Amino acid sequence: MTSDGAGDEASAKSLSGERRGESRASCKSRSVSIRIIGLGNGMRGDDAVGLLVARRLRREVEDRVDVIEAEMVGVDLVELMKGADVVILIDAARSGQAPGTIHRLDASVGPIGGRIFPQSSHALGTVDALELARAMGVLPATVIVYGVEVENTETGEPLSPAVAKVLEQLVNRILQDCETCRA
Amino acid sequence: MGEETPQTRTIAVGTIARVEGEGALRVTVKDGTIQDVELKIFEPPRFFEAFLQGRHYEEVPDIVARICGICPVAYQMSAVHAIEQIFGLHVDGALRDLRRLIYCGEWIESHALHVFMLQAPDFLGYESGIAMAKDHASLVTRGLRLKKAGNAIMTLLGGRSVHPVSVKVGGFSRVPSRRELEALKNELLWARDAAVETVCWIAGFDYPEFTPDYTCVALRHPDEYPFNEGRIVTGTGLDISVDEFERHFSEHQVSYSNALHCTLQGAPYLVGPLARVNLNHDRLPHAVRQVLADTGLSLPLRNPFHGIVARSIELLYALEESLRLIERYDPPPEPALPVVVRPGIGMACTEAPRGILYHRYRVDGDGVIREAKIVPPTSQNQGRIEQDLRLFLPRVLDRSNEEASLACERVIRCYDPCISCATHFLNLEIRRDQ
Repeated sequence: MTSDGAGDEASAKSLSGERRGESRASCKSRSVSIRIIGLGNGMRGDDAVGLLVARRLRREVEDRVDVIEAEMVGVDLVELMKGADVVILIDAARSGQAPGTIHRLDASVGPIGGRIFPQSSHALGTVDALELARAMGVLPATVIVYGVEVENTETGEPLSPAVAKVLEQLVNRILQDCETCRA
Repeated sequence: MGEETPQTRTIAVGTIARVEGEGALRVTVKDGTIQDVELKIFEPPRFFEAFLQGRHYEEVPDIVARICGICPVAYQMSAVHAIEQIFGLHVDGALRDLRRLIYCGEWIESHALHVFMLQAPDFLGYESGIAMAKDHASLVTRGLRLKKAGNAIMTLLGGRSVHPVSVKVGGFSRVPSRRELEALKNELLWARDAAVETVCWIAGFDYPEFTPDYTCVALRHPDEYPFNEGRIVTGTGLDISVDEFERHFSEHQVSYSNALHCTLQGAPYLVGPLARVNLNHDRLPHAVRQVLADTGLSLPLRNPFHGIVARSIELLYALEESLRLIERYDPPPEPALPVVVRPGIGMACTEAPRGILYHRYRVDGDGVIREAKIVPPTSQNQGRIEQDLRLFLPRVLDRSNEEASLACERVIRCYDPCISCATHFLNLEIRRDQ
């Protein structure tokens, strides 16, 4: 079910600190600051997946990693990322692939494809907010974006089975990312 | 971009960038004359009016907050005031002040976002706020910091910066301490100065000469710039109580959009910052009136492109008012007044960032909502936007479709339309011949 985005290899290197000297230094330090930000709308079916993954991760990482559930955050994402060395974002995605497909993209190296992240109904979507941060020179050194292909985003609906099924898998994958970064 | 024959030209804007929600515009021109201007909405229809039926009144503030991520407080305020009218509750003193304060937070968030990120790029010649940030990082930083000052008010009073959860019928579920409010002051003082600079900066933009004839509509209060209370007044002399709204204003379905169009006695009208400033500038504090006078613009403002000036004046006002309310805050004895449920019909109108927002509810003796009606500001402005486009388009018809489309988008953005709020569920009546 998992199909990674084109930026996967680069993102893995980024997290292990091999891509850039500065990433390596920050990741090898015990004081590396990792922030996990789940995005979405909790009342719109699969659009809640990022929030739910973040909620689940908070129980796992306790106070070792910042975890934020950022509902309909828009432009405020720029502010939420500030001060972190590594940011891991989780958002809903729609590219036409099977529901539950997990995309993994590295936004640290350049713009990620806007086509898989639907434009937010509130002016600035995730891709825009990342590019705004980059244009302002405040994008954290490492930004990994996980996108989960959605099926149903109707108001008041629960997660569709295909998306609910990959939730644990994504939680484990992000926990691995955190370990890699702290190793 | 569009379909053309020698006689007919269509300008289609598939997705209007930098507006809240999703919308599209189709303009048809035949033999050089504009035939149709249709602002289309394709956001999935909003079910909220039907969704509220059968819900307990206590659930209403949390449900309506979900209608919009940009102006949830407006929905909450119109809802609680309408329901309080039914129950005979009058919220006063510090609780009333806190409601004004949370509304200030929303205006600051919404106006800062629109002024800096959504509309300023039009005047500075950028295709987006992101493109503008590359050359003007300090301006964008200022805009985001101003917005954050609004977020801080919303987070403190509402529990979080989006979809606040503490507003309830009778007051709040929790009220802040004096100390908590005072902690906001330093940043608000910075923001007030930044807002003054913002007005000066915006007043210096180049504005196209364009002065359609408007009917402005806003709330008017005896001695305050309006948020939650007042009579509905127009620039043409109408002065009615909120209870009379539906006698004068009516919503119509149009075939090309699933948002309703609201008209005043059959004609389009204008709500929002420009209308509010025109009708209530004498209710602004002296310092804010002085900043407005220093722009050199004469009132009433007739150019829709000056909407960004009105919005930045209101940004400044919301910051001034926040500081005033914090200064005099004395926590109320209880976070909310006790509620005694009784059946009835109640209505309220408050000033959302984009203009008046009308709610009407019918509640039964168990406190259950039996009927709900919501008239958002963007559905009220839609007819006016189309009229503006009809008037503005002849100046850009000789340009390429792409340039004409961009010009149309700029006109639409003057209204800061929140299209996701303006969509309604369509009541469908099926008649079957036997």
